[in-house]
Amino acid sequence: MAPPARQFSLLSLLILLAAASSAVGVGEEEFTEELLLRPLPDRKVLAHFHFRSSAPPAAAAGRHHHLFPKAISQLVRNFHISELELSFTQGRWNYDQWGGYDPMSTNSAKPPGVELWAIFDIPFTEINATWKNLTHTLSGLFCASINFLESSTAFSAPRWGFKLNPGNLRYGALPREAVCTENLTPWLKLLPCRDKAGIASLLYRPSIYKGYYHSQKLKLTSSRSGGIILDQTLTVVLQPESFSGKQLHSTDGQLHPSWSMEHLFNKRLSGKCLVSKSSRIFVEIEKGIVDKSGSEILWDNEVFVLSTTPDRVLKEIDHMEVQSSSLYEYDVSNYNDEKPLDVGITWKRPRIWSCTPPPYHASRFLMGGGNERGSIALSFLSTNLQKHLFSGSNDCLRKAVVFQVVPWYVKVYYHSLEIFIDGSRKDISEVLDKIHVTPSEDKLSPGTLEMLLRFPCSMQSATLTLDFDKGFLHIDEYPPDANQGFDIPSALISFPEFNSSRTYPGTDPFFVSPLLEDFKEDGVVKSYTEVLLVPLTTPDFSMPYNVITFTCTVLALYFGSLLNALRRRIGEEESELKKTAAKRGLIPLLLAKLRGKKIDKSNSGSSPASPSGSKLLLKVVFVAIVAVVFHYLSNS
Amino acid sequence: MELPSKEDTQPKPRLIVRLGVFLASHHILFSVLCCSAGIIALLFLPSLAKSTYLSENALIPGSANPLFSNEDVMEANKFIRGIEAVAGESRGGSVMPKFIAQQIKDLGAEVCYHEFLPHSKHFHPLKFFTSMAKDLPVEPNGTYTNYGTNTIGIIRAPRGDGKEAIVLVTPYNSQRAESNEVLSLALGFSVFSLLSRAAWLSKDIVWLSADSQFGEYTAVSAWLNQYHNPMFLGHPTMLDSKLFDAIHEPDGITEKAEFMDFKRAGTMAAALIFKVGETRNHGDRDSLTMYAEASNGQMPNLDLLNVVHYLAVHRQGFRVNIETINSLLSSAWLRVIAEVIQTLGSLLRKINPDWKLDIKAPDYVEGTANLASSMYNQALGVPTGSHGAFRDYQVDAVSLEFSPTFDLRNENAKSSFIVRGGRLIEGVVRSVNNLLEKFHQSFFLYFLAAPSKFVSVGVYMIPFALLLAPLPIVAAALADSKTKGKSLDGSKTKVSADKMQAEGGSWKWLQAARVLLVIQFWAVIVSLLPYYISQIPDGTPIQSAVIWVVLSIILLIILYTMFGSPYSTGVEWKLLKATMITSISIGLGLMSIINFATAQLGALIVIPMCLFSRPLKARVGKNSFPRAVLLAVNIFIAVVGFPPAALLIVKGVSKGSWTLDIGEFWASMEFLWEWSSATYLYLFLVHLPCWLLCIHVLLHPCRQAGSKVKLE
Repeated sequence: MAPPARQFSLLSLLILLAAASSAVGVGEEEFTEELLLRPLPDRKVLAHFHFRSSAPPAAAAGRHHHLFPKAISQLVRNFHISELELSFTQGRWNYDQWGGYDPMSTNSAKPPGVELWAIFDIPFTEINATWKNLTHTLSGLFCASINFLESSTAFSAPRWGFKLNPGNLRYGALPREAVCTENLTPWLKLLPCRDKAGIASLLYRPSIYKGYYHSQKLKLTSSRSGGIILDQTLTVVLQPESFSGKQLHSTDGQLHPSWSMEHLFNKRLSGKCLVSKSSRIFVEIEKGIVDKSGSEILWDNEVFVLSTTPDRVLKEIDHMEVQSSSLYEYDVSNYNDEKPLDVGITWKRPRIWSCTPPPYHASRFLMGGGNERGSIALSFLSTNLQKHLFSGSNDCLRKAVVFQVVPWYVKVYYHSLEIFIDGSRKDISEVLDKIHVTPSEDKLSPGTLEMLLRFPCSMQSATLTLDFDKGFLHIDEYPPDANQGFDIPSALISFPEFNSSRTYPGTDPFFVSPLLEDFKEDGVVKSYTEVLLVPLTTPDFSMPYNVITFTCTVLALYFGSLLNALRRRIGEEESELKKTAAKRGLIPLLLAKLRGKKIDKSNSGSSPASPSGSKLLLKVVFVAIVAVVFHYLSNS
Repeated sequence: MELPSKEDTQPKPRLIVRLGVFLASHHILFSVLCCSAGIIALLFLPSLAKSTYLSENALIPGSANPLFSNEDVMEANKFIRGIEAVAGESRGGSVMPKFIAQQIKDLGAEVCYHEFLPHSKHFHPLKFFTSMAKDLPVEPNGTYTNYGTNTIGIIRAPRGDGKEAIVLVTPYNSQRAESNEVLSLALGFSVFSLLSRAAWLSKDIVWLSADSQFGEYTAVSAWLNQYHNPMFLGHPTMLDSKLFDAIHEPDGITEKAEFMDFKRAGTMAAALIFKVGETRNHGDRDSLTMYAEASNGQMPNLDLLNVVHYLAVHRQGFRVNIETINSLLSSAWLRVIAEVIQTLGSLLRKINPDWKLDIKAPDYVEGTANLASSMYNQALGVPTGSHGAFRDYQVDAVSLEFSPTFDLRNENAKSSFIVRGGRLIEGVVRSVNNLLEKFHQSFFLYFLAAPSKFVSVGVYMIPFALLLAPLPIVAAALADSKTKGKSLDGSKTKVSADKMQAEGGSWKWLQAARVLLVIQFWAVIVSLLPYYISQIPDGTPIQSAVIWVVLSIILLIILYTMFGSPYSTGVEWKLLKATMITSISIGLGLMSIINFATAQLGALIVIPMCLFSRPLKARVGKNSFPRAVLLAVNIFIAVVGFPPAALLIVKGVSKGSWTLDIGEFWASMEFLWEWSSATYLYLFLVHLPCWLLCIHVLLHPCRQAGSKVKLE
């Protein structure tokens, strides 16, 4: 078909080329948009926006894109990125209430602030330089201070604690970075419809920034064969206000607040983004909610009713039968301006359920007081998940991987690692399977700790402690203003034996949902710990002026007199004295006068000395009185 | 011209040296001037007090409309009814914590219990300053039936990162809660419930309802200790028998585990302890008393007090008080001083209107009473409330005690009180929540002269510096005059002193130093003795005190037989005095860094004692009147300077009971070391040796000294 087309005009050639390229399935740029809504046990709602843009391998498409953001493809090409993840998060994910054992918590729960990691496809020697360039590029792209990750004190190269890699992964976190609309706008720019149409139009700023948790993520995967895949997700946890007006917090005996999309986002959905391949909304209902209402999953049952009839119901088949949820799917392409979509849920009766927590509840805290030293403690509390999952044997061991980056000014003594299990001190070798420590270098690199631990299954609580000294910063390393302290980024705890993936079988082969694909991926259960705040000794910057003047005065006095004593030559001084014997200084003269003594006879006129002295005294007193009177008069 | 030049072959000393020599030759005049100037400056402190101001702009107190409303009052009333019903049903220690925990849980906040034992305080001589923080929270074995239960509720800030927390504390007695304690709990709960709904929080909120059956401080410090220095050994759920007896259902176990594991919330930014005190019937407005003094004269940042004061006075209409010494308010002599200061101030004002030293006599009296109380509390080094426990971990904390003027059964008055109290606490929390940094702007070293007036470190250092200034001069003068004999012309003193030094005759001060060292050594042992004496079982305070005194005297005698008594070695009294003065100026200087108020008050006693001391047998010459006066002053000061005597006098003046009870001395010293007060160290390492040296100087046999000089 193509050879005869060449003989026609240039225009038709172009048209046909475009048609040909679109006909080839592999090389097509695609965009899908999805939204998952899930009621949470503590009366909140989780909304998870997922947008995927994919571009064919660079060779097939050339330099031009019609859907895929050009900035990203240039980024990938310039820095030879094979994987990259950048997340902006505000608030903390509540692993107990919102779940810690499902794909959502594994993939979308991120530490507060900015977290960036990237895997590069270049020789190891060039990676650090590329990383530095990358941070600056991303910083410009997302209006954030990601460029602070450029400094070698800010990023680390974990080998297996974060993600298994041969050494081409770099990881950095900025726990203090504030997240706001200025970061969202460039993120939206990467979408083909921005927030003008489709699911992204639901991003009503006041409500998404009012939530309890807000995490905006960008994930890039690129390979020679599969092209570039860009996943943009936004996870928010919102508090729908109940219709009675007052927010109710108590968890039992009260009806959950009913909500709808309009209620949450101030908007109904009137159609999809036209260039998207698929546009879907899912409502996920945990098994605990519909547990007793029978095996049949209806969208209108005795517990709740959905406001719109779903197009499809998907049931999760879990290989461990921990938790199975059902998904109610809506295809946005069926709705338009005349018939907008407003998915919502209305509760009919009070319901208490809980999300599955992670196998161990990990938390981290600081011990000790004062500005000198302290300890980091990492505590694991069993949530007794195993008892539910694997009833029976208590002799087994469970793996846990700890990944922790510590800034250099927190000087951790790794030999001081102590492990307490159920209230008794354990030998480290009993628990520790594998450890990889990169000690920090002052002002050069942070310390990295990767540990593989094995806990006995019967364990209820374990605590790891590490002692540290607080370092001194150089004066220009302090932030310009007084500060609350310095941060230790979140530690990542992963449990490699627990897998949070969820599969939804029974879907037809034409049904492609990147969101559910993500859920299906092999997800190791992970949880991030709290960010810690270490108060360091801070010089009071409002004082320097005083301090400088005082110390300078003292030093001047000290050195002046010392120097004077040292450089003095007695012989010369004596001859000097003889010379100046005739003319004496003013102060000795005055002193001598005040003491009422006669001045040396060597003075020219000896007899009128005392009368002139008393005259001088009189003059001084007179001037003083005049001054006081003048001062008094001028002031009153 | 040749003859005078030969006389001047000695190089003329520098001006500064000559000035020093001049001062030394007039040391009596100089020390009298400096000391009186110091005391006058001290008396002027109330009129030098400045008004407080908010230094940190980020605090912006009262800029937001308070959200605390009548609904929260209803919540509080519901809480009061609930807790009274529960407490009425069964009398036991566990019902109230349980009820509070359930209420917190219903708010959707996290809750946990903290159980602690009343720990008996011990004197750890080697861990003097650290012993408070390192106590074991619970003995690892044995069962206890009597323990306290703190209930802790934590609100996680909705979008916060959880790095920092604000702590609210309401103490109550879980065994027998009075109606005012219930009211303070209800106030705490209503504020907590309001904050659990607040969208503006950026720091987590921790509400500690501290079980004060063993004292507020014990409860709070036990919790703080567990928060900062937890023990991982032993079983955390050891004391749980009482709380969960009733629960036999299967989910009781999980609930127990959930409630028992200790929950934390980041670094503490500030703490606010509030309680409702007894009803006071006088006064038109409900009042609020601020307590801020923590251990060893540490104070919270003045900005925290300013925020509380600003909101309480200007927004909620409370009358704010600070602690005061009531006996001073009515004392006649203080009024006389006040009048003098007032006239002096107005006179100075006339000379220069910029000197705002004039202060009305009643204001001065009140300021002095407040200032004296502030100074005394700092000098004692014992915290005035449970906020002291926070300061040990560098957390700024202040205690507020509300004193309502209404009857607690009056529902309307109570509601309005809860609204105002709640708004005050909400406002303070909101201000602290605004802070992006630590409290750093305002003062940490200050005395309070009124709730809104303070004396900063730059001002209150002046009297102390003036008092301390003559000491080196006098010491130099004494040492100098001793080596030289008769005083010479100022300009030549140095010269002859140098000559004497070259001859090697001036090394006699080493003997005086040896006496000093022996006495210091004795003082160290005496200060450590209580540790061993307190090990004796079943000792009454009187017995302990007697053992202490007897042992001290025996030790002194032993030391003298070993190293020789000061008189046998023939140290001259002037040298002894010079050494003593040197050591006391070093001691006071060091103490002023640890606890300034102690050093300042100590200087008022020690410095006159040192300067006046001279042997009873010394010849003054001329007439007998000054000698008699000197003698009387000497003996008076020596008596007053003896710590037990001083304690008796303080007690007599404050309480009017003049009975001598040596056991009481033991008890008060025990009180000091239990609180790890540096004042104890000061008393025994600085004051006591100085006093003993003064006694030595007083009883010095001068003849011997004179003969020694002649021998040489």
